[in-house]
Amino acid sequence: MPIQYYIYLCLTLFSIGIIGVLTRRNAIIVFMCVELMLNAVNLLLVAFSKMHHATAAVGNTATTTGIEGQLFVFFIMVVAAAEVSVGLAIIVMMYRNTHSVDINFLNRLKN
Amino acid sequence: MNAIIVSALLGVVMMFSGIIVKNRSYHTVIAAGGLLLLLLANLLNSYGIWVIKVDTHNMFNFEQFGMYFNTIAIAATLIYVLLSGKAVEKIGSYSADYYALIFFVLCGVSILSAFNSLLILFLGIEILTIPLYILTGADKRNLKSNEASLKYFLMGCFSTGIMLMGVTLIYGGTGSFILGESKVPESALMPKTSFLEIAGMILLFVSMCFKVSAAPFHFWTPDVYDGAPGVFTSFMATIVKAAGFIAFVRLFDQHTELLGPSWKILLSFVIIATLLVGNITAVFQQSVKRMLAYSSIAQAGFMLFSLYGANDLAREGILLYSVAYSLATIGIFAVLIKMKDYTFEGFNGLAKTQPVLALSTAICLLSLAGIPLTAGFFAKYYMLASAVKAGGSLWLVVIAVLFAAVSVYYYFRVIQAMYFKDGEPETEEITGPFKLGLLVVAALVILVGIFPSLVLNWFYF
Repeated sequence: MPIQYYIYLCLTLFSIGIIGVLTRRNAIIVFMCVELMLNAVNLLLVAFSKMHHATAAVGNTATTTGIEGQLFVFFIMVVAAAEVSVGLAIIVMMYRNTHSVDINFLNRLKN
Repeated sequence: MNAIIVSALLGVVMMFSGIIVKNRSYHTVIAAGGLLLLLLANLLNSYGIWVIKVDTHNMFNFEQFGMYFNTIAIAATLIYVLLSGKAVEKIGSYSADYYALIFFVLCGVSILSAFNSLLILFLGIEILTIPLYILTGADKRNLKSNEASLKYFLMGCFSTGIMLMGVTLIYGGTGSFILGESKVPESALMPKTSFLEIAGMILLFVSMCFKVSAAPFHFWTPDVYDGAPGVFTSFMATIVKAAGFIAFVRLFDQHTELLGPSWKILLSFVIIATLLVGNITAVFQQSVKRMLAYSSIAQAGFMLFSLYGANDLAREGILLYSVAYSLATIGIFAVLIKMKDYTFEGFNGLAKTQPVLALSTAICLLSLAGIPLTAGFFAKYYMLASAVKAGGSLWLVVIAVLFAAVSVYYYFRVIQAMYFKDGEPETEEITGPFKLGLLVVAALVILVGIFPSLVLNWFYF
């Protein structure tokens, strides 16, 4: 499959994530949209990694080109997990105090 | 390398000391001792002595510039802990954990000052910000702290997503995460820089603007700085912000020619917007804490000049700026968190009741405004001089100077409240060592202001 298809798919997923972050009002759903953005990036990284590998592998089957893209995906997964643990703790802390996870609540600092 | 390893280990040590040592004031002592150790380890590193030498496959680049910034950041943290340690203990019952998180932030700082690969940049940014989300929400019962923490977290994740997209697109264009390296063979069909790389650079630029709170991506800053507990705002606004700028400068030092002349246009737009938003909004604030949050946006506008200049003068300037800005802001926040009332009226008549506090606050405010004989003057001077040296941007420098004049207004409002208005400011108990520490900070601000070469010569040994 040409690389363009992957790029279009990933950019679509990424844009859905961005639109979700900017428009949804529930903290958990905003958080899910952020995860969607990260996963779009993961998919694109793997696709690029394959692409670089395929380009370099012409006439040289033993090449390891493109391996760092796959490694990066694991780092993103680990960091995303760390972020989730902190983020959910923050959301729970807010829920305990206000009994709501609505972002509209986040405006009392304005004044 | 030393700083990265030692700070991570000290973070773990701090966590254990929270279990073993019950007396909270010992936690501050342990943290200060740990910071001294860290400072020593980093100084040894810059003289060529390594704790462990690891082959990082060119993912790190331990140059003198980054190590010197580490020294500045660690020394500033040490001053911060000595001045505000008591306030850290008062926030909650987990003071050892707060210090552990501060050590992890320092680990992120030392990664950011040495990265040479976009993977390490990403890890450094995350190690830097994840502890900060927790520190922002440290005051668990306070709704403002909760709100600031959630807002910071969501904005931080969002900008991380954008940064990762940028990194991925650059990888797609070049086939490598190492800065300035391209593994894609040049051919007639493939131009040297693909549009993927340029799009990636712009996304990286946007996300770094988020992290250092440059306009138009600044909107989270005032709320987060206002809502977070005062001690941690002081840490976030100084050391963390300076580290963000070091990463920004290291990232965009060499590769700006890819973007061509549009890079300077983009950057000057961001600089003007940042100076405008920061300075003009700060004028209308009623709370000193919120005013300082906006002033930190305005100071970020000046720090962005180091990207604009991108020469030796800019590199020296950003180090001097980190010193001047960190010292002054730590001093002001140390006084601010002792006040019961954070509004301008709360400072009325402070000079009569607490002359030492008022004097050192005044000196720090003068430094932030960039008055000669204080450190802030030479910091701003180097920034603007680097832009003049880079050429073709005199109009931008003129605009920056005009905004610096605007900033004098809101800094002097605090000084006016302290010296020329009557009132009964309520403060918490002020101890002798605290006053002494403040005087030392004020003396350092003036010393660096008179002899900026003290800071800069050390850079070259």
